Amino acid sequence: MSILSVANVNKRFGGLKALDEVNLNIEAGTVHAIIGPNGAGKSTLLNCFVGRLKPDTGTVTFDGKSLLGIKPHEINQMGVSRVFQTPEIFGDLTLRENVLIPAFAKRDGAFKINAWNSVGDEKDLETKAMDMLADLGIAEKASDVAGQLSRGDKRRLELAMCLIQDPKLLLLDEPTAGMARADTNDTIDLMKRIAERGVTMVVIEHDMHVVFSLADKISVLAQGTVIVEDLPENIKGNLKVQEAYLGGAHL
Amino acid sequence: MDAIFLQVLNGLDKGGAYALIALGLTLIFGTLGVVNFAHGALFMLGAFVAVAFKSILSLEQVTIDPTRMTAWGTPMEIRQPFVEVWFGDLGATVLEYSVPFAILAAIPTMLFIGLVMERGLIQFFYKRPHADQILVTFGLAIVVQEIIKSIFGANPIPQPAPEIAKGMIDFGVALGFDAGNVVYPAWRLIYFLFSLSVIAVVFAFLQFTTFGMVVRAGMADRETVGLLGIDIDRRFTIVFGIAALVAGLAGLMYTPILSPDYHMGMDFLVLSFVVVVVGGMGSLSGAVLAGFLLGILQSFASMNEVKAIFPGIDQIIIYLIAVVVLLVRPRGLMGRKGVMEH
Amino acid sequence: MKLLAMSRNDILLFVGFVIFTLAGPIILEPFGAGYPDLLQKFAIFGIFALGFNILFGLTGYLSFGHAAFLGAGSYTAVWTFKLFSMNPIPAIILSTLIGGIFAAAIGFISLRRTGIYFSILTLAFAQMSYNLAYSVLTPITNGETGLQLAQSDPRVLDVALGRDYGAVLPSSDFFGLEMTGYPGFYFCAIFLIICFFIKIRIFRSPFGLMLRAVKSNQNRLNYTGVNSRPYDLSAFIISGMYAGLAGGLLAVTDPLAGAERMQWTASGEVVLMTILGGAGTLIGPVIGAGAIKYFENIFSAFNDTILMNAFSFLPEVLQSAAVSVTSLFVGEGWHLTLGALFMLIVIFLPGGLMEGFKRISAMIKKRMNGGSDGSASSNPTTSA
Repeated sequence: MSILSVANVNKRFGGLKALDEVNLNIEAGTVHAIIGPNGAGKSTLLNCFVGRLKPDTGTVTFDGKSLLGIKPHEINQMGVSRVFQTPEIFGDLTLRENVLIPAFAKRDGAFKINAWNSVGDEKDLETKAMDMLADLGIAEKASDVAGQLSRGDKRRLELAMCLIQDPKLLLLDEPTAGMARADTNDTIDLMKRIAERGVTMVVIEHDMHVVFSLADKISVLAQGTVIVEDLPENIKGNLKVQEAYLGGAHL
Repeated sequence: MDAIFLQVLNGLDKGGAYALIALGLTLIFGTLGVVNFAHGALFMLGAFVAVAFKSILSLEQVTIDPTRMTAWGTPMEIRQPFVEVWFGDLGATVLEYSVPFAILAAIPTMLFIGLVMERGLIQFFYKRPHADQILVTFGLAIVVQEIIKSIFGANPIPQPAPEIAKGMIDFGVALGFDAGNVVYPAWRLIYFLFSLSVIAVVFAFLQFTTFGMVVRAGMADRETVGLLGIDIDRRFTIVFGIAALVAGLAGLMYTPILSPDYHMGMDFLVLSFVVVVVGGMGSLSGAVLAGFLLGILQSFASMNEVKAIFPGIDQIIIYLIAVVVLLVRPRGLMGRKGVMEH
Repeated sequence: MKLLAMSRNDILLFVGFVIFTLAGPIILEPFGAGYPDLLQKFAIFGIFALGFNILFGLTGYLSFGHAAFLGAGSYTAVWTFKLFSMNPIPAIILSTLIGGIFAAAIGFISLRRTGIYFSILTLAFAQMSYNLAYSVLTPITNGETGLQLAQSDPRVLDVALGRDYGAVLPSSDFFGLEMTGYPGFYFCAIFLIICFFIKIRIFRSPFGLMLRAVKSNQNRLNYTGVNSRPYDLSAFIISGMYAGLAGGLLAVTDPLAGAERMQWTASGEVVLMTILGGAGTLIGPVIGAGAIKYFENIFSAFNDTILMNAFSFLPEVLQSAAVSVTSLFVGEGWHLTLGALFMLIVIFLPGGLMEGFKRISAMIKKRMNGGSDGSASSNPTTSA
């Protein structure tokens, strides 16, 4: 069953055609990678999923509902969480608070004035938050300020913030960009564990090592169009894809 | 028709002042990324350069003429400014034209003040949040204002325009209206032309010099220009000096229109910020356009016919426009469009 | 209702605050601040700054127009006195409400933009209100003279209850207790305490956490499923209500309202109070408000004669020099001190006095630990 389907999506920026008749289907419970050279339109496409950009034409449907013209917070409330290229966290707050905020958002919805209770009274969510931090191996830093974390830990925290919402779909925009090899491998392991829980993931990635370690299916995007969509082993063998569209990327 | 034309004219001088202040604000915001709440103080300082210049020129030599007696039977005192005593008619002319001549004093003074401000304070706030920049320059504005108040007092000090520019110009005749319908004070026209030429000089400077090119590039993308190995910080110091000078000149030449007092800067600052926002933060031509536009609209709003329909509209028109513009065109009239998503 | 479900530290802080406020007249006596007029100002501006901090300290939105709500509160209170009753309670309720409604209208528009744009929008609205109060709205505001009570005011409720103030100009009284002097202070102090309590609850609540998240990273918050706009607006309205209440209390203690209360310098003053005490801290803004009102009172009372006496130990030349320099900063020149203070705080102590206290106490702790068990303090992570 496809959880996210993109049909005939076009997007122009002035004279530049960023997306050209993109069609894509993401199966529930799979890890779907979108790869392609720089400027292929990967991030533009992702931004169409989360309500940051609106396609000029075409449809984006999640879980049977259209995502067009819907605000980012509403899309999140529908069950789509997003990881950014540079980890977006609440840098002034502690790790615990960072994870509690999405937990509150999941429980209380997009807006609720809950001004009389103390955060400390919300024992259920506190436990859940601490479990989540422990799960990602950053529980001992729960009271630290998030802005001081290493990049790898920030990524872990961001994933914890997404996972505590039990998303139906997790979008990852180059989750290992700028990471050292060891951190990258850690992140791959982490994502494998997340995938094993059955979370559907869409990964945009440059690093072929990451892509081939994780993806169940790969779409290759070039100049705004999906040119190939196939299983990893077939993509690997596809020399044409390698030469024409991956450019200098190392396989 | 002639009434409309007159209102447009009436708005031009105020518009010119707004445009000049807003131009400096935008330059500073665009290049240095600093929100300068002390910019109005620079406008006011310029005005007080004129005041100081004139009062120094007017220092009088007191001689006693024993041959003439006052009504009380004491020898008559003769007071004459030193400049007239020393330079005769030339001195008298300089005194007569003290406002335009004060420009010569204002150029070094304002540049110096600008440089001191940037090196002494602003440079430490480049990387601080906008809120801190607003607060520290707000504090500075109060300090400057209070110092001026303690030196020159709280009352407005009139600065006469040269005799020749005190009259009215009957525009209407030249444009085919009836005589006496479109009369306009000469100094206001001079101010408008003056502001246009200052704007032209600043734009030419930015357009045609290497320095200006770097500054413009810096406004577009500061980081990249920095990476090219160009010392933008030093250049930006100069930019700040220029912005201070432009604001100072704007204030100086405005003195015959509005007698300067210590809080005139704040009054103009709030409006000029609105002008910058309406024009589009970081857009120089937007600042100029919005300056004149708002000046003219304000003058229309103060027409009795308009006030009869919307009472009080003259008091709030500029703010009202700012609100509408910000809501309809969040980036302002000519604000640069956001960078495309990566 | 879990009214006292607060952490031990918060309870201590609150109890300490209550004691300090109620005993204020005694505690502040040695500082020459133990008289009611000044104490009233402490309490009122404390409320104003507390509320401002809910917006600025938590969400980071820097409003330059909050004086408009204070002014609106004052006008509302005086009108309530004139039309209905000299009892302060209706006046306070209405001024708080009007502050909130006014804030809702201005906030709804201003909050569409962030950062500097927001600051300028709020500034524009406040200036607009100020200009209107001086011109078209003169029938409501009485223009430059300011809105005052008159013997001939209708005071419907008072009349209905058979209360007659006779031939004198009435002053506000709480069922017979006149709202001047100490009763006036304690009336304000009770509101200060209530406001402080509400603020603690907000700071510690999930709502407060969301507001802090707005300041920290609004983008992430939106992608986390939270609609930040209504949160921002709620914070804005709450702070507007605090301002309206403060304005109402100003009118209660002195039934007069003038447009100058709405001027943007007044908005700047509450910003200064908040950052001086420490934006984002619970108690900082009250301290900031107190400090500024205290020094304003002291400094502006100085004149040359007092200064001459103060420097009389110096030789004559130095004496007059010292007097002429210091006189710049006191009396009429108090604003210069205020501006300089503004700059010094922003430059050297962005966290305000609270951060200063923290630094000092950390230094003392370090000193004390350094003597006894230096090893523990040098390695704090192991103990945690």
